[in-house]
Amino acid sequence: MHEMSLAESILQIVESAAAAKEFVRVREVRLEIGALAGVEIDALRFCLDVVFNDSVAAGANLEIEPVPGQGFCLDCAESVPIQALYEACPRCGGYLVQATGGTEMRVKNLLVE
Amino acid sequence: MCSVCGCGQGETRIEGQDHAHPHEHDHPHMHEHEHQHADGSVHSHPHEHGHEHGHSDHAHPHETLHDAQAPHEHAHEHYHVHQGDLHYGLGPAHAHAPGLSQERMVRIEQDILGKNNAYAAENRQYFAEHGLFAINLVSSPGSGKTTLLVKTIEALAGRVPVAVVEGDQQTSMDADRIRATGAPALQVNTGKGCHLDAHMIGHALERLNLADDGLLMIENVGNLVCPAAFDLGEAHKVVILSVTEGEDKPLKYPDMFHAADLMLLNKVDLLPHLAFDVERCIEYARRINPKMEVLKLSAINGEGMERWLAWLTEGVDVAVAARQQNVNLLKKRIAELEAQLAAMG
Repeated sequence: MHEMSLAESILQIVESAAAAKEFVRVREVRLEIGALAGVEIDALRFCLDVVFNDSVAAGANLEIEPVPGQGFCLDCAESVPIQALYEACPRCGGYLVQATGGTEMRVKNLLVE
Repeated sequence: MCSVCGCGQGETRIEGQDHAHPHEHDHPHMHEHEHQHADGSVHSHPHEHGHEHGHSDHAHPHETLHDAQAPHEHAHEHYHVHQGDLHYGLGPAHAHAPGLSQERMVRIEQDILGKNNAYAAENRQYFAEHGLFAINLVSSPGSGKTTLLVKTIEALAGRVPVAVVEGDQQTSMDADRIRATGAPALQVNTGKGCHLDAHMIGHALERLNLADDGLLMIENVGNLVCPAAFDLGEAHKVVILSVTEGEDKPLKYPDMFHAADLMLLNKVDLLPHLAFDVERCIEYARRINPKMEVLKLSAINGEGMERWLAWLTEGVDVAVAARQQNVNLLKKRIAELEAQLAAMG
């Protein structure tokens, strides 16, 4: 997807929080990125490095928690693991699978001082 | 720059004018509030407040628009430091031992695309309050969206009030075509931007000053990828696929077909000249989105238009009825309160 602009949105969230909660330096940024969110993790790390450079989060450690893809197959009436959106159910091969987990893209928390 | 997809160097223009704002975006409003918590403890802390801003007409440099940290109308943002935070300064000693770092955890829990969703929710609220059935028309460039809109407006003339928001990178050619039918239209030029977002629609609504109880059609930028991710506050996304585009498009651009509730298969008048497999196309679309409704039509010769118009007018009826119901409920409440007041003498 658009990793550079996601990185900029993340920085905006961090800077908003810095103003609201009055911290001057971010030591660690923890993100939750789902496997189905369409985000290339390496590209995001690279972009965050660039974007954090002269900011309150310069040099911050980046922890990205992956969330596995999960879907609910209407035919099987069960939760199944899925690697990508719109793929067939791994158990029955049907396409009536609704994504139930792994689509998130969130800033979880920050370690600051 | 668009805060999500990164395109457009703050070049959004609405009807040729730089987008005017009466206030600066780039500072949070800081003030202290005292709060009392359930356990009786009281503390004060600084936090950001959302404000509702009216719009006046002083111009404002546009490049800050999409870098806005605080939307100008938004739900009250509150940061409470106590939950899950480790804050050494809040303990009884209100101090920390020198030499130890003040490191603490700050919980954020914010969705990266959250801001657009907040603006979209405001738009949705606006539509509900005004009895407007709003649809977001998405497709590749050249699928026949604008021609379809012109034909739709002509067919609905006198039956339902219609207004249009047009999205294109440049020119007001589409809005001009719509206005030629007599319907109000507003052009949003996204510059280098590749999609409309909820913030742009919010401002378009302010300028349009729509009549209540009608139809609003938003013609998105021609793009089968990006608009899928952006909620504008619409009731439905309607994807228009023309038969000259190939029946495999739903599989190749799944996000868009998943996000839409209705697919219009346009230009069916050309089918005799093409090797387009209609049934396979519909099967692919339903594989991506099992609940997809499909209408085959030709804007040019009118085939299938009646069912499309029926779909639209049904949606308007629902929106109008919902608004009327809210008005009735509010009137009822007023009557009840007035009776209470009278009873108090």
